[in-house]
Amino acid sequence: MNIQEMILTLQKHWSDQNCILMQAYDVEKGAGTMSPMTLLRSLGPEPWNVAYVEPSRRPADGRYGENPNRLYQHHQFQVIMKPSPANIQQLYLDSLVKLGINPLEHDIRFVEDNWENPTLGAAGLGWEVWLDGMEITQFTYFQQIGGLEANPVTVEITYGIERLASYIQDKENVFDLEWNNGVTVRDIFYQPEFEHSKYTFEESNTEMLFQLFSMYEKEAESTMNKGLVFPAYDYVLKCSHTFNLLDAKGVISVTERTGYISRIRNLARSIAKTYVAEREKLGFPMLEKEEN
Amino acid sequence: MARDVLFEIGLEELPARFIDDAEQQLLIKTEAWLKELRIPFGSITSFATPRRLAVYIQEMEEFQTTIEEEAKGPAAKIAKDENGDWTKAAIGFTRGQGKTPEDIYTKEIKGISYIFVKKHIEGKSVQELLPDFKAIIESIQFGKNMRWATETLRYARPIRWLVALFGSEVIPFEITNVKTSNITYGHRFLGKEIHLAAPSEYESSLLDNYVVVNPKKREEMIIEGIKTLEEANNLLIPVDAALLNEVKNLVEYPTAFMGSFEEDYLKLPSEVLITSMKEHQRYFPVTSKDGQLLARFVGVRNGDIHELATVIRGNEKVLRARLSDAEFFLEEDLKQSIDFYQERLERVVFQKNLGTISDKVKRIIHITEKVTELIGLDDAQKEKTVRAATISKFDLMTNMVNEFTELQGIVGEKYAVHFGEDPIVAGAIREHYLPKQANGALPESLVGSIVSIADKLDTIVGCISVGLVPTGSQDPYGLRRQATGVLRIIAEREWDISLETLLDIVTSLYQTLDIELENQDKVAAELKEFFQLRASYLLKELHVEQDVINAVVHRAVGKFDYTIAKAKLLSEKRSDESFKHIQEALVRVLNLSDKADGVNVRSEQFKTESEAALYSQYNLVRENFDTYNKHKNAVKALACLEELADSIHSFFDNNMVMADDEDIRANRLALINILSSLIKEYADLRLIEWKQHF
Repeated sequence: MNIQEMILTLQKHWSDQNCILMQAYDVEKGAGTMSPMTLLRSLGPEPWNVAYVEPSRRPADGRYGENPNRLYQHHQFQVIMKPSPANIQQLYLDSLVKLGINPLEHDIRFVEDNWENPTLGAAGLGWEVWLDGMEITQFTYFQQIGGLEANPVTVEITYGIERLASYIQDKENVFDLEWNNGVTVRDIFYQPEFEHSKYTFEESNTEMLFQLFSMYEKEAESTMNKGLVFPAYDYVLKCSHTFNLLDAKGVISVTERTGYISRIRNLARSIAKTYVAEREKLGFPMLEKEEN
Repeated sequence: MARDVLFEIGLEELPARFIDDAEQQLLIKTEAWLKELRIPFGSITSFATPRRLAVYIQEMEEFQTTIEEEAKGPAAKIAKDENGDWTKAAIGFTRGQGKTPEDIYTKEIKGISYIFVKKHIEGKSVQELLPDFKAIIESIQFGKNMRWATETLRYARPIRWLVALFGSEVIPFEITNVKTSNITYGHRFLGKEIHLAAPSEYESSLLDNYVVVNPKKREEMIIEGIKTLEEANNLLIPVDAALLNEVKNLVEYPTAFMGSFEEDYLKLPSEVLITSMKEHQRYFPVTSKDGQLLARFVGVRNGDIHELATVIRGNEKVLRARLSDAEFFLEEDLKQSIDFYQERLERVVFQKNLGTISDKVKRIIHITEKVTELIGLDDAQKEKTVRAATISKFDLMTNMVNEFTELQGIVGEKYAVHFGEDPIVAGAIREHYLPKQANGALPESLVGSIVSIADKLDTIVGCISVGLVPTGSQDPYGLRRQATGVLRIIAEREWDISLETLLDIVTSLYQTLDIELENQDKVAAELKEFFQLRASYLLKELHVEQDVINAVVHRAVGKFDYTIAKAKLLSEKRSDESFKHIQEALVRVLNLSDKADGVNVRSEQFKTESEAALYSQYNLVRENFDTYNKHKNAVKALACLEELADSIHSFFDNNMVMADDEDIRANRLALINILSSLIKEYADLRLIEWKQHF
């Protein structure tokens, strides 16, 4: 099964579970969790079920396209369900069957793994899912988001698309994976992997990035103060990515580093609070929808 | 008639580390509950797997035990008035017990007569009480709890089904919207839904559905599987008890299998191989009959042998990817130099108020230098120790340690040897992290010991100086463990250095740095209390009781080996009849010490022979005491104090310390003062609860 078919299969499966199929969010981010479709929407009492593919950028993991396991940008398939359904593990396992992984022929385990993202004031409990010893999915019950207690609790399922594909397609090198018939990850992503790595580690304009960080940060703050949560959050994401670029280049001194992380965290926290407040002003519209 | 009872909590996969304890709690709480409710039963068994906790009670009676209980009332003399009639007190008492004065009888307790009534408590039907078991289930404590959906209960993982059976009848209750029933579930993939007709079917029905509910049996199956593989392949599979324990709690139906990897990877450091297998993948490493690590591993699958080859192939692929990463890291790491990594330490924060790791290393070097001077190392040794301190953290910047964090120090040693460092220096990089647990192994070498205490003291003093004092269960920097390590190393090395001298070195260092510190007196007090508690902990481990501990650490933790020796000696003396006379004398002095001051004892002011005698005895003893005290000779130093006993008694028997004459009084108080200072240098004997017979 090629990656394209995998994505289609997962989309169909979760669509059948009443998940809204979203498209990837158009601001750079390090993980699917950081999409506002997860991070903001998992806050507050409104129900929310969504699935989407998220290209995730991790500048520090760039390896010029030379490492068989590491990428500047990989893909996550993200499922969010709030409140967490009672049969969520079974729903997940059913999705693996649809991907051609028959649990009877493998060893599938839920191994304790608790997740924490201090930058976003977020924490959750759950597992990493092992397929014959390989971690293919992160399975997390959010307990705290943006410093706020998650209530009701959201469950997040994050499939590592390339990881899973390397198992399904039995390939050792991520670049050999087939995206669709005859087209490989190498064909699509080798050049951007190389160029992004070169840019990140060698060519990026450090001074400009520092300036951008400050500008994004200011804009996030002033936008948030006007109660405009989503645009403010976009600027937080931009701050975060800019920080990752600077960090990967090794130009952020230590004392500064801690400072930057806590600046992003403070922004994320106040946005989380503002988001809930704004939804409350609107009367939590998704809540009514459910009751009708 | 008696019936069997079964409770099963069905859960999403519990963390393996919580399972044994949760099973134990369930068993103990159930037993206590049955006892409290006076429910007779035959036997009780607990079960646990990653997906269930269960308790099976055989032969439970249908009724609680009926009991006769005595209720004690007021004393007989106030129960009747002068006419011999029952008083209000007596009548009130019987009414309160649901009885009448006709039921009263009297009994004597310690010579006083009281009135009593007999109460009959009828046993209720057990069936009415069983739904209360809900509270037992909800009361199980886990190391980490979570909430799910819209529930308020906090539990290790979500509850998905509940079995509660009294014979064939379901005991009705509900937790987090899950209702009890007689339905349980077999293995996630190999098993089916099971409708239990009776509790006695539990273990066997689940076995038919590929769940071994008894953890001991799963363990036996794993050991059996490992033995079979050992024999079939003529090799050894050393069974690590902790790993076995974890693995048995990761599966419901274990099947051991053997996989292999390319021989080429055996060139990686063995710690890297073992960590990859054990810590990351929960595999058992495999060796040849003579103990050589082989390119094999043993894993345990959650299921039977169906398609085992696929499972093995998958596991091999994962391990290969990890080892190939490790190989890549090794090659990349060795392309650089120690200096390259040293420079990178400047970029990593140790703690936000305490600067970078590079800053920390500078402090470690400073402390190390001071300690080597105190110990009196020669230049060659000193040079090695300082070098070890300088490069103690370089490996933290390598790819290998970044990936295998648990190998910090171990990787450092290997790499340092590769980069041409002296083996003693390289070894100290590994050793300076020791002891890893409060009672773990200590550094073997002198160099490693010095760097170890330098690193730990820096962390402890640094954290406490910026207000990071451990509280309750909060000790994120592991300061308690590190303080215990410092004391154990000082004691084991028998260095002639008191803890306080070391703390002075480190606190003075911090005064010179550009770090914002908490109030100096506050820090000093906190450090003192913190280390006294750690010293107490270690002395308790040596079976020294608290009062003796207080006596020896009252002023200072001191040279810890000497402190231990004094504590042990005093523990013997406190119940030694022949010491009574001595201890009474010394305590007599100490009891006055708070009033005493001055150090100028003037012989011309002596009015009695006994006070002159005491002073000359003091002068006789003083020098010897100092010598023995300095050489940490606990027995002989105490013997010096013993020699003062007779003179002290005679002094107190023949003199008024608080004499009317001001000069005489001042002189006697000064004498008391110098004596009590001497005694306190040994221990504050007032704090000991003497156990001799009086």
